This record gives sequence, structure tokens and C-alpha cells, in this order.
Amino acid sequence: MLAFTIRRLGQSVFVLVVMAFIVFIGVYAIGNPVELLVNPQADAAERARATAAMGLDKPLAEQFLAFLAGAVRGDLGRSFVFNVPAIQLIMDRLPATLELAAVAMVIAIVIGIPLGLIAGLKPHSVAGRSIMAGSILGFSLPTFWVGLVLIMVFSVQLGWLPPNGRGETVMLLGVPVSFLTADGLAHLAMPAINLALFKLSLLIRLTRAGTREALLQDYVKFARAKGLSSRRVIGVHVLKNILIPIVTVIGLELGSVIAFAIVTESIFAWPGTGKLLIDSINQLDRPVIVAYLLVIVTIFIAVNFLVDLVYSLLDPRVRLGQAAAAH
Amino acid sequence: MRIATELPASDGVSAPRAESPWRRFASEFAQSRLALAGLGLLVAIILAAIAAPIISPQNPYDLAQLDVMDSKLPPGEQSSSTGKTYWLGTDDQGRDMLSGIFYGLRISLVVGVSSTVIALAIGLAMGLAAAYFGGWIDALIMRIADIQLSFPGILIALILLAVLGQGIDKIIAALVTVQWAYYARTVRSSALVERQKEYVEAAQVLALSRTRIVFRHLLPNCLPPLIVVATVQVAHAILLESTLSFLGLGLPITEPSLGLLISNGFQYLLSGKYWISFYPGLALLLSILAINLVADQLRDVLNPRLSR
Repeated sequence: MLAFTIRRLGQSVFVLVVMAFIVFIGVYAIGNPVELLVNPQADAAERARATAAMGLDKPLAEQFLAFLAGAVRGDLGRSFVFNVPAIQLIMDRLPATLELAAVAMVIAIVIGIPLGLIAGLKPHSVAGRSIMAGSILGFSLPTFWVGLVLIMVFSVQLGWLPPNGRGETVMLLGVPVSFLTADGLAHLAMPAINLALFKLSLLIRLTRAGTREALLQDYVKFARAKGLSSRRVIGVHVLKNILIPIVTVIGLELGSVIAFAIVTESIFAWPGTGKLLIDSINQLDRPVIVAYLLVIVTIFIAVNFLVDLVYSLLDPRVRLGQAAAAH
Repeated sequence: MRIATELPASDGVSAPRAESPWRRFASEFAQSRLALAGLGLLVAIILAAIAAPIISPQNPYDLAQLDVMDSKLPPGEQSSSTGKTYWLGTDDQGRDMLSGIFYGLRISLVVGVSSTVIALAIGLAMGLAAAYFGGWIDALIMRIADIQLSFPGILIALILLAVLGQGIDKIIAALVTVQWAYYARTVRSSALVERQKEYVEAAQVLALSRTRIVFRHLLPNCLPPLIVVATVQVAHAILLESTLSFLGLGLPITEPSLGLLISNGFQYLLSGKYWISFYPGLALLLSILAINLVADQLRDVLNPRLSR
């Protein structure tokens, strides 16, 4: 287990460095930041001075090492627009994004798994068919358009929910959260449902497919033959076996929810990192773009690492398979 | 002797099923009325996109045909100058939304289909190469695909577009980059299974060339799962393109896809002028829904695990 953990950790760090390199090349080397910062009328000498001041005249490898050294210390440059450290901007907005993502994921799990179970147990019933039709609809609905329709109905027509912002927040363990105040909840409802919709559909299909396949397995037939109640067969034997892939997917989707929050945050003007990213791209605020990408990539790699560890604990075949492949 | 007696018997079993695989496929597909409705809708949408210049009441990009006096008219309102009815209303520049949607559909479909086809070709080549050659080529290709697939497509596309800038070629490049890995993985896994089968061995025994084995024998047998993935991916690509355009990072304003039309209407939403974003969104939803319905049934028909 220890060898597996160390090997997997090594892979994660490798991927992180590769991603940092790609992001660095993409954002710093392809475009020329000098063009953006120096007065267009500036002469060659002034440009050269600005280039040297930013260290852009050094070889690419040296620039990358300097960038990495800064990144390890948490120094990713200052925002051109706000003139504060880029990493601080990201960290200030991260709680809002994480809260939105977490609430959306909880909604998707609490509704998605039971619905998927029903659809899997009775695939040809009216309920099963409607759940599946609903999930196809959930997959097909463009997230941003659903957001617009939600605003149109609940903010413009009915006037029940505020269309943008985060509302009142309270400190929970030193982190501002909005789900503990009525105003915050009102602001949170639409973005969270909007973000949850796609994952909800995914979980429904995953649970349904798993249930349908599990029902055909011998252990289910055996449990039934033993005379176990249908509730016990489903609650213990079926659910336990379909949960492994579902837990994995939930773990992996956690990162994707954070990425998709970019869209939801832009629609509902939710003050999180996603909205910051879009604003920064539009304003060409490169240090913030780089800081965002590195923070998100780190979260991603950490989540993938943890999911793999949990998976290998739940299912020894994964661990053994990889060990065998390594020999 | 035994062979001679057995052959007619096995023929007798398959005799009632003498229909061609295509016909069997079509009849299995037609079992779901929902899927048939999806197919019909899809055909209608594709026809509307192709015939956009003919069926549109106006050319939405020809500024001479636009009348600023007609801007932001609600659906069903008539033009103040020509008296023509705007069935779905007009946008801030007096553009007929119905025409805008037909033309937008065109761009969305072209971007979705072309990026899928290019990604399919690249992914197919990579997946086949990985499966057939194995070794370090396999390891390299699949490592890249794995790393890429561990990040959501929208994030990768956003990074690329933030670097590359706007344009139809750039968004296709971004969508291809996002998608190729799905195909490479699908092709590789089915090619690895197919490779072990007797017909490949038989082809090798016949001393057929490697290219012939890969393209004439391996490839056709890897196609069914690939068709399912490709259908889903077209919908995915259209959705991703419109999302990126909505965020202002996809297509330039001169080539308004559905996403851009929706984004354009967003600023008027809070003042109650819903139609500018609502109807393009509905067109987008119907297109994706139609493709997903077809893809869903394809998956069930082509999946041997669920076949009856």
C-alpha cells in the first residue's frame, strides 16, 4: 500500500510540473506581456527596459525555473488590474466557488442516486421511463441557458429569488459561507441547482446502469433464492456493489463541478474564482489566469490522487493490478 | 461427414434471420418511438441549417436589411417599415430572431460536426497505433490521453482560447484538442479486444500486410462503440462551443452561433425582453436533445451486453 501511495504521489507531482509548464508556455511565452504593459508609443530602448524588468529577456528554461521557484513559495505575480498578489485574489474567492460546488454536488447525490435506483429496478415502468427521459433532458439542457431561464422565471417573472450576487455571509471556522443565512440561501438556490443539473443526470444514469447490471449477477439471484427480503437485496447487495464506481465518479466529478462553476458564476455574478477567471481573460490579466489555473490544477490532481487511494482501499484489484503491471 | 451434416443445420438456425444487418439495425432502432422522434427532429434541424439562406425571412448579417427602428420587438410584432411579421421577435439591432437562429444553427452544427470528424480521425489513428504497436508508443499516447481526460474539457478549451484568441478555426482546434482522447481510448480498448480474435490471426496467417489488417479487418470491427461515442460527442461539442461563445471566448460577433445569440440577449433579460436569449437557447436545446436521443438508442442497439 505504501509503495502504491508513493508511486501515485510521484505521478501526481510529475503531472503538476507538466501542467505548470504547459500553462506557463501557453500564457507567458506565446503572447508578449510587454505589448500589453508598455505604452504603444514607447521606443525600442524603453521596451527593452520593460522586458528586462520582467525578466523576459532570459532564456525560457531560466524563466520557467524562476516561475516555479516563485510558485512553490506561493508567489505567482501581481494582478495587473487589482495590483495585489494574484494568489491572494484566488484564495479570497475560492470559498465562494467551493461552497457552490459542494452544495451542487450534495443536491446531485441526494436526488440522483435514489432516482437512478428506481429507474434501474423498474426500467420499463412509467416512473423509470420518465426518470430516464428527465435525465436525457438534463444532459441536453445547456447549463447557461437553464441559468437564464431560472433568472427569467424566478427573478424577473415571479420576483422570488435574487438574480445575482452571493448575499449575506457568516463566518464558519474562519471561512465566509452563505448557506447559513436566509439571504445567502436565497442567493445560493438558483446557482446551485443550475450547477447540479448535469451531475444529477449523470448520477441517475450511472446508478441505473449499475443497478441493471447488478440485478443480473449471480449473487443477487442467490440472495433472492435465499429468501432475503427485496429491501435487503437492494439495500445491501445491489447498493454496496454499485457504490464503488459511483463513489469514484463523484470524486472525479468534484473537480469538474469546480470547472463548470465558471459558467454558473458568470451567469449569476457569483463572486467566485470562475467569474474572476473570465474577467481576467477579458482584461488580459495574465498573472491571475496563471494563478487560477495552477490552483485549480492542484485541486484536481489532489482530488484524483485521493480518489485513487480510496478506490484502491475499496477494491484491492486496482492495487494488485497496478503492482503486477509495474513488475 | 459430420461437417456436412452440421452445416445445413447451422444454416437452418440463421435462416429466419436472413435479413441484412442494416435492416436488423434499423428495426431495432425503430423500437423506441422516442428515438425515432429524435431522429425526425434531427433531420429537420439539419435541413433547416442547410436551407437557412432559402427559408430565412431576411439575411441576418446583411446590415442593409436590418432596421434599427425594429429593434427589440417582441415575438409576433410587425416591422414598422416593411410590415413583415417577426415571429420570434428581434434583437437589439432589429435582427429577425428566426433568421438569426437558422444561421446560428448552421455555424453551431458546422463547428460541432467538423471538430468531431477531425478529432475522430486523429483519435482513431492514435488509438489504432497504440493498440497495434503497443510498447512505448502505446504508453506515451495513453499517458497523454489519461492526463488530458483527468481535466474537464471546458477548462482545457478555456485555456486554449485564452491563449489563441477568437475565431472559428481556433474554436475548432480547441474542440479537437478536447475530444481526440475519448476516441483514442475507445478505439484502443476495442482494438485490443479485437486483436486477440481469430480473424486477425487468420489474416496474419494469410500474410496480409499490416496496413491491410489494421484498416480492413481491425478498424471496421472497432466502429460500433466509436459511432456511439461520436454521436454523443457531436452534441457535446455543440454544447461546449455555445458555452464558450456565451462566455465571450468562442466565436467573434461576426459569426454569431447560437451561444453568441443567447449571450447577446442576456443583457436584456432582466428588463423582461426574454425572447432574445430564450429562443436561440430553445433551438440549441432541441438540437442537443435530438442528438442525445438518437445516441441513446444507438448505444442500446449496438451494446451487445444489453442485447436480447
